[in-house]
Amino acid sequence: MEILVCVRRVPDTAENEIRLNSAGDDIERDDLVYSVNEWDNYAVEEALQIVAKIGGTVTVVTIGGEDDEEVLRREMAMGANQGVLIADEAFDGSDGKGIATILQAMVRQGHYDLVLTGVQAEDGGAQVGGMLSAMLDYPFASLVNSIEVLEGGKLKISREIAGGNKEMNEIDLPCVLSIQTGINEPRYVGMRGIRQVAGLEIPRLTASALGVDAGTVGVAAAKVKRMDYFVPAFGKGAEMLQGSSEEIVDKLIALMKAKGGLN
Amino acid sequence: MVGGIQSPAQANYGPIPGEILFSIIALLGVACFTYIVMKRMTPLLRGERDFRFDQPLIRLGRLAQFWLGQWKHPRYRFAGVVHILIFAGFLILATRAFALLVLGISGHFIVPGFSGLAGQMYEAIKDYAATIVFSCMVVAAVRRIVIKPARYAVPAEYGKGRGADAIFLLALIAVLMASESLFKASESALQAQQGGGTEFLAMLSLPWMFRNLLSETSVPALWNVYRGAYLLDVLTFYFLLCYRPFGIQFHVETSLFNIYFAKLERGTVKPVRWGVSDEQLDQVKSFGVKKFEDFTWKHMLDFYSCADCGRCSDQCPANAVGRPLSPRFLTIKARDYSFQHYPVLGNPGDGAALVGSIYSEDEIWSCTTCGACEEECPLLIQYIDKIVDLRRGMVDDGNVPKSIQKALKALESRGNPYGKMEKKRAEWAKAKEFQETCDVRTLNGTHGAGTLYFVDSITSFDDRMQAIGRATARILDRIGEPFGILGGAEKDSGHDVRRFGEETLFMALRDHNVEAIQASGVQRIVTADPHAYNALKHDYKDVPPVEHISQVIAREVRAGKLALAPVEDPDNVYAYHDPCYLGRHNQVYDDPRNVLDAIPGLQRVEMKRCRDRSFCCGGGGLMLFYEPQETERMGVKRVRMAAEAGANVIVTACPFCMTNIEDAIKVAGMEGRMTAIDLAELVDQQIARPGPLQIGTRQESAMA
Repeated sequence: MEILVCVRRVPDTAENEIRLNSAGDDIERDDLVYSVNEWDNYAVEEALQIVAKIGGTVTVVTIGGEDDEEVLRREMAMGANQGVLIADEAFDGSDGKGIATILQAMVRQGHYDLVLTGVQAEDGGAQVGGMLSAMLDYPFASLVNSIEVLEGGKLKISREIAGGNKEMNEIDLPCVLSIQTGINEPRYVGMRGIRQVAGLEIPRLTASALGVDAGTVGVAAAKVKRMDYFVPAFGKGAEMLQGSSEEIVDKLIALMKAKGGLN
Repeated sequence: MVGGIQSPAQANYGPIPGEILFSIIALLGVACFTYIVMKRMTPLLRGERDFRFDQPLIRLGRLAQFWLGQWKHPRYRFAGVVHILIFAGFLILATRAFALLVLGISGHFIVPGFSGLAGQMYEAIKDYAATIVFSCMVVAAVRRIVIKPARYAVPAEYGKGRGADAIFLLALIAVLMASESLFKASESALQAQQGGGTEFLAMLSLPWMFRNLLSETSVPALWNVYRGAYLLDVLTFYFLLCYRPFGIQFHVETSLFNIYFAKLERGTVKPVRWGVSDEQLDQVKSFGVKKFEDFTWKHMLDFYSCADCGRCSDQCPANAVGRPLSPRFLTIKARDYSFQHYPVLGNPGDGAALVGSIYSEDEIWSCTTCGACEEECPLLIQYIDKIVDLRRGMVDDGNVPKSIQKALKALESRGNPYGKMEKKRAEWAKAKEFQETCDVRTLNGTHGAGTLYFVDSITSFDDRMQAIGRATARILDRIGEPFGILGGAEKDSGHDVRRFGEETLFMALRDHNVEAIQASGVQRIVTADPHAYNALKHDYKDVPPVEHISQVIAREVRAGKLALAPVEDPDNVYAYHDPCYLGRHNQVYDDPRNVLDAIPGLQRVEMKRCRDRSFCCGGGGLMLFYEPQETERMGVKRVRMAAEAGANVIVTACPFCMTNIEDAIKVAGMEGRMTAIDLAELVDQQIARPGPLQIGTRQESAMA
């Protein structure tokens, strides 16, 4: 199976102190460390596990600049066969639809049976997967938390439903799936792995190479524009339960039942 | 042999002359043993390299101490003494065994130097030796069958018990002792009956008792006993010889080599591959131990040498709290695997992955590398290097628990496991009240400070542990040591990154720190974190000498340069908890205790498990990020041990111990009854607190 996984480099929320810049329209980007968007990492692991079972290749693609190569290398160190960097100034400032447009062109260039994205990016809005499938006219399933390859060009997938339920679906290939965290346990990639793929060539594709009309992407074509960015003020402090251990446990259970945490 | 009686070589066994019979038995026995040992050597020859051929004098010295001297044995008093008796007996009987075997082949053999008085004295000594060994077999069997010490038990998850095997071996040795003694007794009785006079036999020895039993026996019957006892002795000897390589008794042969080739250094971790430099590591295809053959030959020899005495697991804190790890079975499972995959008959099997088959992932992650098992092993079997090698294999395969992955990723990008920003590393020193009294400089190579305080991650970033950092800085300041820190240029020492198997990341952290330390131009390093101490001392090269703060304080106290005020509450009872990487791995036991004892009025007690038997708090470094399967926290056990000792204050000298012990006090519900304090914090308090002299001075000035 030929699988394309769309990945993205994001500021690592666990390892940064996210602060507003002085203009108040973005976060302070000095001193940030980046990593692969967590959902995307699960998607790559899932692709690798499918290929390990039934054969095929895994290609990872990202849109960005030189700095974004690092996430491709990390995923190649995980085991992806090929990384592709889509880089063109014309793409800067694209909104979700713009990104989907670019990726759609990428998908059409290859012969992918399966396209995976993360459910959402840590700094994104879970837009791209759905739009991409619509543009490609591929079937789409979101919040996928298990994949089983069936005979005859079909997949059996489960989707996460609110309240922890699962819904099983059959879906035709080729298709687009957005992958939920927890679908697997992504393998660890250390410095050694990254060093071993450091010499591998990563091809770059521009707007013209992809045949994307520069007018349909980029800041000019974006119809969703960020107006403001702010950190909400902290709410009221936590409630401290008082009493003996038994009383605290009773109160906690009552609270958890009341709030739907326990059935 | 003594004149008049035919030796077994001259005797006939049915139609077969003894000479021929025993030559055949000897030939078969030796051939069989050689073949089995060669088979046992096969995996060792396929194993990884291991450089153990240096420092022959030191190694011989250790042989004298740990093999001949049985140094570790009395740590378990009763079993240890029994073992020493058996071992000494075997050593004494070795000459006799050799002479006896030759007797069946050549009738007139006397070991050179054993004629005359020396020979007679030896005869008496070895008769007692055989008697003692025989008695020890009885005692050991009673222990196994009746007393059943808990450490011999085999928990269900580790397969079936091996008690029957042990009893069988004890019985074989008992038969060997008895047959040898019976042979001698019958010979002596024969001699007496044939008018050769009553030979002197050591009173109350087995031969003496047997001869008394045989005194009325007829000559033909005695003759049968004589020949029969000899045959039984020879058969038992060769059977034992060939049977030993199949179980725990193999240590009789391997222990000598295992101890000679044992690891000499403490606190270190073996290189990824012996003989491969750091620069060449990128070319190494696979890291660590994944299949059995990835173990070094010495590690395989360890597996063969284990006597299954259970002392390692008896001391192992992970085992004690129900983590799925028992060092004993780490070895036993590997030995079983080796015997199965390198059978005596047939060809070696395919090398399967060890983790996932004989070992579980959690088993390998459960070890805190505290070293209690290694400290205990009478045969000097190593465990930490194997655990680290197995982890290296898992890391190489990407097989790392998620919680640890996050910490490793943060260490890679930020140089600390919390993902905090580098520039905040020195924030602990900027607390306002502290900064007013103690200005900690960040070294940039031009300050001319001779001492570097290496803080390390937990003390830099953990709110609670920052207090240890400030106390350490104040002490250094107070003793007039011009010192500074690396600040944002310091990264995690990587101590536990290495011990969790992430060698490449460790090397990056180490190289960064070495460069920063060298650029700082210091001549000494001080740290209050035993893990950093161990890393700087053993894992780093080309850095100035390093001391733990407890060593610095102890020296100042000894020199009379640091006076400590009397203890504030004389009712408090203090117990010192030895951090693994200060105590066992670096042998710093006395300095912290001496410092405590220098505080006037301080009552100190020892926990039952102290010094080299200290019980790990739960593990430091990345172990804080691991979620182990366990029934109880190690720290909780440790806090209870302190309470049992009658203490209400636990003093430690490690920020990780502090984390675990303070948590444990809460978990055990002992808040208010037990507190924990770091040695540096305590000393800092006792420096800051006005002593009687100062109080007096103040009163005087007040009165004036």
